[in-house]
Amino acid sequence: MSGEPTTAHEVLLCPDGPVLIPGPVTVEDEQGVKHHSERPVVALCRCGASSVPPWCDGSHKQVRRRPATAVPTPRSGRDLEDY
Amino acid sequence: MRAPLPTPRGTLTEALTEALFEQGVLRCVDADSDDDAALALWMLYELHHRGLEGVDDALEWDPALLVLRARLEHDLEERWRDRARHLARPAQERLADGEDFAEVFFDLCAADTGGESLARFVQREAETEQVLALLRQRSIYHVREQDSAMWALPRLDDETKAHLVAIAADEYGNGHPDRLHAELWRRGMAACDLDTGYAAYVDEALPQVLEQNNLMSMLGLHRRLVPAALGHLAAFEVCSSVPSKRMVRGLERLGMPEPVVAYYREHMVADAVHEQVAVRRMLGGWVAREPHVADDTLWGAAVCLAAEQETATAVLAAVRDEPALTTGREAVA
Repeated sequence: MSGEPTTAHEVLLCPDGPVLIPGPVTVEDEQGVKHHSERPVVALCRCGASSVPPWCDGSHKQVRRRPATAVPTPRSGRDLEDY
Repeated sequence: MRAPLPTPRGTLTEALTEALFEQGVLRCVDADSDDDAALALWMLYELHHRGLEGVDDALEWDPALLVLRARLEHDLEERWRDRARHLARPAQERLADGEDFAEVFFDLCAADTGGESLARFVQREAETEQVLALLRQRSIYHVREQDSAMWALPRLDDETKAHLVAIAADEYGNGHPDRLHAELWRRGMAACDLDTGYAAYVDEALPQVLEQNNLMSMLGLHRRLVPAALGHLAAFEVCSSVPSKRMVRGLERLGMPEPVVAYYREHMVADAVHEQVAVRRMLGGWVAREPHVADDTLWGAAVCLAAEQETATAVLAAVRDEPALTTGREAVA
């Protein structure tokens, strides 16, 4: 073992896609329902189109290029001109 | 568990079958069809996977068989350098222009390869017998899901290796053998009254299916081709979650047994994770550190897309031709 132990989790906001968070994890949804996953990494839906919320099922690819997001994704200057 | 010895499909597979029982004494013959060549290479690769029933394991490293393998692999690689070039090139050019790797990779995987999708066919119109024929073709791969890519593991730098293992851990059940994807597949097959044995349906496998499997073995086995092996793996993941959702809908429409639906439901969610890890963390990080691997990761992805398209076209032709359901091979001859 080396370095300081850390409790910080690494989370990745995928452009046009889900948010990746380390598992295992229990996610409580808007209705208060708890969803558990044992995976080492899970992908949470950000586009709202998943058939298995709160998990991503790849549906963002069938929706549109720049999903509306609960957690905003930084956009490049060129993308801003598209809005 | 070893693979059953397949029935020869021509001069070369006949000579190879003899050689496998005569300690590598191989008559010098050429394949007389693509089918014959694909099966011969599949058999030679099987010596590296699980072995063939009744065949001496020492033949895995028999010089005469390795010479034949090298000759068939040379043809295979040349053929797919050519076939996948037009798909890979625009992506390679965008990357050379400084575009973001993940965006280029996802766009490549969304490219129209010009044919029908098997998952759409299952979702909308397939009948149960046709789905069962499709499952038999897919079983050649799914009983050893992810295995070929694992040959790449010891050849990678630490960071790329760590991300590949994160994906593989999920594929191999995260320490629970009963959750291994290949095991979920076997449960699905059993629920459909299909043979769950390793490579049980190899005699039914279309040449395109054998070729698709041979490509994965070739990319995994050669250190030179490791970037393509990981590009192939990433494209496979990217092209899995949405088609798996279509499979779930189709299998539910037909009232197929729950374990086979569960297999695709698992892939719908698992591969939505794997595709992001594979493209952004595994490949994205690797390409940033070692830019020279980028072009071959994109070629490997293009191989995956083009090979799936050829398989889909061949399988659809076979399953739509009713009399060919049990002897699929003749349907595309």
